Amino acid sequence: MFRDITLGQYYPGQSIIHRLDPRTKLLWTLVYIVSLFVADNKYAYGASVLALAAVIILSSVPFTHMLKGLKAVLVILIISVLFNLFLTDGRVLVSFWIFKITLEGIRRAVFMAVRLVCLILGASLMTYTTTPNQLTDGIERGLGFLKLIRVPVHEIAMMMSIALRFIPILTEELDKIIKAQTARGADLESGNFIKRAKAMTPILIPLFVSAFRRAGDLAQAMEARCYHGGRGRTRMNPLSMAGRDYAAIIIMFAYLGGIIVLSVLL
Amino acid sequence: MSIEIKNLSYTYNNPGSENGSRFVLKNISATIKKDEITAIIGPTGSGKSTLVQHLNLLLHASEGDILYDGRSIYGDDFDRKTLRASVGLVFQYPEYQLFENDIFTDVCFGPKNLGLEKDEVESRAKKALLAVGFSDSDFSRSPFELSGGQRRRAAIAGVLAMQPEYLVLDEPAAGLDPKGRRELFQMLRRLHDENGVGIVLVSHSMDDVADFAGKILVLNDGRVIFDDTPERIFSHGEELRTVGLDVPQAARLAEILREYGFDLPQGLITMDRLRTAITDCFNRGDK
Repeated sequence: MFRDITLGQYYPGQSIIHRLDPRTKLLWTLVYIVSLFVADNKYAYGASVLALAAVIILSSVPFTHMLKGLKAVLVILIISVLFNLFLTDGRVLVSFWIFKITLEGIRRAVFMAVRLVCLILGASLMTYTTTPNQLTDGIERGLGFLKLIRVPVHEIAMMMSIALRFIPILTEELDKIIKAQTARGADLESGNFIKRAKAMTPILIPLFVSAFRRAGDLAQAMEARCYHGGRGRTRMNPLSMAGRDYAAIIIMFAYLGGIIVLSVLL
Repeated sequence: MSIEIKNLSYTYNNPGSENGSRFVLKNISATIKKDEITAIIGPTGSGKSTLVQHLNLLLHASEGDILYDGRSIYGDDFDRKTLRASVGLVFQYPEYQLFENDIFTDVCFGPKNLGLEKDEVESRAKKALLAVGFSDSDFSRSPFELSGGQRRRAAIAGVLAMQPEYLVLDEPAAGLDPKGRRELFQMLRRLHDENGVGIVLVSHSMDDVADFAGKILVLNDGRVIFDDTPERIFSHGEELRTVGLDVPQAARLAEILREYGFDLPQGLITMDRLRTAITDCFNRGDK
């Protein structure tokens, strides 16, 4: 079950989307999500879908690969579609027992589905084309202005990178501990919920102990290399915006303007 | 009494990679006898740990079979709980699995899982802790108060308390100091000789196994390349070195002495035997 974690599912590639600065991609993703909530008619939604399709094609991440990411939200998707379908008042098209389907209901259900799918695909497209490290770098630099109001941006970004780095290590550790306790006859699969929760103790305590031990070791290793936080720290590969990033940002503003115009005017 | 491994292959499924799957173990056959200490050696990544995890069904072979006292462990009528109690597996760095407040309660975990009565659980835990060299006064100590070597012995007691027929240990001496190693091997020897526990030991220290094992399986790249007594295996120095292993220091020293014209017999794999042979040499008045 721990292999299903979709966090940081980087899909290696050399496309123009992969090469964009992570800050550009973060901003684009944010604007794209906002645009999905601004859009309120079929033309605006059509434009968002087209924009997403264009970026997916440019990124050369296989579409079937992207669909896998949708599986996790399938249940939420179905529930929200059903709620919108049956619980919207308006002109009744079909009704049976206590259920009625209205024209507005269909409209809202379709829009909701499109919005959710675009939201998930858009956000996951960013993680597919950006390595977790680039992403935290992007967040650190992109939110750098928050330092002015004493938000420890560098420290938060460092914590994120470390957390991401430790996921595979702790997963492996967890696997080992589960095996070792299984070898001692631990039964993790049978019994009711409370029994199974109790059976996790022999797994979780060693895992926590090991996480603390590793954290201590890492802190010492960082101090041994004179790490002392973000102040005065320079980078080996500083992020720099290229021409394509400025182009992407201009396109982004055009897109956002277009969506607003389509939503307001039509 | 034996465990027979028959044409066992294991494929590691890796859905992420393009080539799909690869063999970790390929067509392994071997017999592990209870009255003989068996060592499994091989370079890193040769499949030693993977192989021993098959012995108590933590991993399921892709092909082949394992017979425990003549019955297939993959048969429908074979109870995996019984098997895990009969083949106790001690992982690498087992001290990191300790989770209770004191070592006695921790050692009780295994037998308790077997569904035994409380009295029986406690008497087994006590026996196991005494067998690995703890005294009554240590029972209430926290794992965190113990030294690395003590913690490891406590973890081994945790498996021993299930009273297995076989005790399988993956690199039990890794990271221990010479004293800890010596104590550990003495303890395993005692378990084997006095309590009749079958011992299987995964190691890559030639010196440890030369002293200790009655039979050695050498794995390389998922295959068995030797299955023989230590004396005969360590006469293949060249082959062992090509796969990244070596002969014990005593055997190495004997090889060098032979080059200088000493007339030494084969099979000098421990320092004790080498010393006797050299003394003989001088007594005979050779060079």
